[in-house]
Amino acid sequence: MYQFANPTFFMKLSGIVLPWLWALAGIVAAIGLYMGFLASPGDYQQGETVRIMYIHVPAAWLAMMGYTMIFLSSLGTLIFRHPLADVSAKAAAPIGAAFTLQALVTGAIWGKPTWGTYWAWDARLTSFLILFFLYLGLIALWNSIEEQSKAGRAAAILAIVGSVNIPIIHYSVEWWNTLHQGASVFKAGGPTIAAVFLWPLLLMAIAFTLLFFALHLTAMRTEILRRRVAGMRARRADEAYAPPIPAASVAS
Amino acid sequence: MTPFLTLLRRDIALALREGGAIGTALGFYLIVVAILPLGLGPDLNLLSGIAPGVLWVALLLSALLSADRIFHADHEDGTLEALALGPLPLELIAAAKATAHWLTTALPLALMAPLLGLMLNLDIAAYLPLVGTMLVGTPAISFIGSIGAALTLGIRRGGLLLSLLVLPLFIPVLIFGVSTISAILVGPGGYMSPLLILMAFSVASIVLSPFATAAALRLQLS
Repeated sequence: MYQFANPTFFMKLSGIVLPWLWALAGIVAAIGLYMGFLASPGDYQQGETVRIMYIHVPAAWLAMMGYTMIFLSSLGTLIFRHPLADVSAKAAAPIGAAFTLQALVTGAIWGKPTWGTYWAWDARLTSFLILFFLYLGLIALWNSIEEQSKAGRAAAILAIVGSVNIPIIHYSVEWWNTLHQGASVFKAGGPTIAAVFLWPLLLMAIAFTLLFFALHLTAMRTEILRRRVAGMRARRADEAYAPPIPAASVAS
Repeated sequence: MTPFLTLLRRDIALALREGGAIGTALGFYLIVVAILPLGLGPDLNLLSGIAPGVLWVALLLSALLSADRIFHADHEDGTLEALALGPLPLELIAAAKATAHWLTTALPLALMAPLLGLMLNLDIAAYLPLVGTMLVGTPAISFIGSIGAALTLGIRRGGLLLSLLVLPLFIPVLIFGVSTISAILVGPGGYMSPLLILMAFSVASIVLSPFATAAALRLQLS
């Protein structure tokens, strides 16, 4: 496990894995999109708008997974002082925020023909909006503290405090039970969704998960490279402006 | 317990003798509530309907306004470092500071709420639930606010960042506070569950947030 903590090893491994991950995500997404948008029928009640679900539901799952990723990485930062945990959390935040926004926007587009309104103050919509704000807060905190390790630890504390919200999002369906339909895929007694809709949905969920990891690894690599460049710049600036070392001290 | 009480007494004395802090929060609360009818129109029926929510939201904003100063002065003049070296663990320092904020800001704001309720034509039956839920719910605001205050210490424009960080975390307090009041206004019974959740949230914040605040303070002091 500890060899993964070595950024050099991580760069080498992720460099090998990434092209395959991207390709796999692309293939599964292509099949899922084909099945969802061309090879499956519209719903007898919702008509063609049911197809928004193939984007909306996986995005919502990934939005929650993104925060879980940040939460676990934050534990890694605070407890194990793992050098990559902080990079992982920082890289996951904008991706998670983008998926949350995607879930909110596709939900609004789906809501207009189905509920008759773009936005309803329903419990699950609202908690997703809160999740989006939590992401924004994390990103803002990262950007306002200059020192990297300090920013990482501050964000980790905030992420753990904010993760109190994750169960609230998940169980809000049962707590408030309002306009939004209840869970229909993961629940006791098996899914209550027809197989013809379930297959493209599951394929898209797998595709989005692969996409998440591909984006996450790419963002982590970018962050590591960015830190290396910053380090090199600092070193070069030191060399350029440091007073020359006296010859006597070098000789001794 | 004595160092805790000493610190608490010191903070309350400072807030009272300095004067500015309490007055500013109360003044802000007053002006936010006073400016709303100017935007919404003078319809008293509308105002009395939305009064509990308006009073709660304005209270959150007013309490937040002073929250970023919980550690500010002590951090600037080095008192915080001296306190950290003392016998009191940072967790209890954080708890004392948050308690002092609650006593000197949230408590006066909650007590002023009925007066502002008069201006919004709030139903007489709602005064007791309003103050009651505020007294029960505001400790969560002070304690969660102290986490944000500790995280944003030493950041320029920290106050703005603080609101982005902690306002989402205040939402459960707002939801359960207002729904307790409306449940009481609708009829007897049925208000116990939101009230109990509000209490649970408040108690959990009091117990848990000093640990997060102390972790953030340790980061600032390192």
